[in-house]
Amino acid sequence: MASKNIKLLTNPLNLDNPITVQVLGICSALAVTVKLEPAVVLSISVLFVLAFANVIISLLRNTIPSRIRIIVQLVIVAALVIIVDQVLKAFAYSVSKQLSVFVGLIITNCIIMGRLEAFALGNKPFPSLLDGFGNAAGYGMILIIVAFFRELLGSGTLWGFQVIPDSFYEFGYTNNGLMILPPMALIIVGVIIWVQRARTKELIESN
Amino acid sequence: MNTNSNVYTFIYASVMVIIVAALLSFIALQLQPMQKKNVEIEKKSNILAAIGVASTQDDAEALYKDHVKNSYIATEAGEKTEGDAFTVKMAEEVKKASSERQLPIYECFKNDSTFFVIPLRGKGLWGPVWGYLAFYEDFNTIYGATFDHKGETPGLGADINQDWFEEPFSNKTIFDADGKFVSITTHKGGKGAALAANDTEHGVDAISGGTITCKGLEKMLADCLAPYETYFKKNKK
Repeated sequence: MASKNIKLLTNPLNLDNPITVQVLGICSALAVTVKLEPAVVLSISVLFVLAFANVIISLLRNTIPSRIRIIVQLVIVAALVIIVDQVLKAFAYSVSKQLSVFVGLIITNCIIMGRLEAFALGNKPFPSLLDGFGNAAGYGMILIIVAFFRELLGSGTLWGFQVIPDSFYEFGYTNNGLMILPPMALIIVGVIIWVQRARTKELIESN
Repeated sequence: MNTNSNVYTFIYASVMVIIVAALLSFIALQLQPMQKKNVEIEKKSNILAAIGVASTQDDAEALYKDHVKNSYIATEAGEKTEGDAFTVKMAEEVKKASSERQLPIYECFKNDSTFFVIPLRGKGLWGPVWGYLAFYEDFNTIYGATFDHKGETPGLGADINQDWFEEPFSNKTIFDADGKFVSITTHKGGKGAALAANDTEHGVDAISGGTITCKGLEKMLADCLAPYETYFKKNKK
């Protein structure tokens, strides 16, 4: 694989992360990260939608009339999202209930429209596929990190299993209820941005 | 080809919409049976929850068979008619006048005791709320309750499906000492509000910040239970 193509996959994980660098798709990062399971399912759903939408738009890129290109993008994204929603309802009903409205909101996830406009419309299908995978992975990675800390500190569980032993609670340890509320997701995302900028030279602004 | 001409744009849009619509309808039709099954399982699991039996997606059907022995439909006049309570659509029933409603009753057994589960449906703040109440054989004392909602505000009204809201319904009664139907009241004012209002027999604490949802739930209880009054009084033990 050419190094240019590898960059498409790895850049969104760090230097060009959709959430921590471009600050896109924050809304769902706040909403579905109380527990690990919905965060993982939403990440996989976004991965599916973004990769397919990128490839489809890229295949059609020379035929799409430029005046209605946003509409075309929306129709394709919406169709993919409905497919995801229907499949979840059929095969992962309890998860689909938890995610409820957020699956539908993938349609308006800024990352997806952003990648279609900025990348898929001007590039060949294979690089578009990689770009989709990379960005969805960058997005999912942050979602999962945030969900990990929120579930661990907020509920004392991971993936629904209790990990903090009962003896801790007997000594007076309590779960941090604030972790379950949306503001803590923002603060965790903020901490991740802080750590990332402190460790990555390219991201340090000069002034 | 000129991809910016009007004709091309129109044809492109039309063809795209037709293809996408056909694809989506096909997928929706293929998945529908599985989705219906899931909704049924959820309903069974809710009924089981009312009698305090925890179930998962996988064992709900088997547990339902073990615990729910019989179900029938009552009328407002107190008659018992044959029929499968499970197929009654509550969303349609609650729109009818109470004399025309089909009133489903599920007869459940748990640890050699009999409980009667009554389905409920009403309106919350943003959409429908529903639930199931399990009664002891006196058709007056509540054994357990379970509620759920479509889209109440998370952290506020949405908490009606939490244990801390549902558990206080146990051992409340819906008839007062004189046998008058009083339903269950939700008391505003946070934890201990029902106690402060001196209504520990027919009242529970409402959710702070979820007043409209709680009022909707209260109305649902009154609306859905009232038509059963005659039947309850006739059949109580």
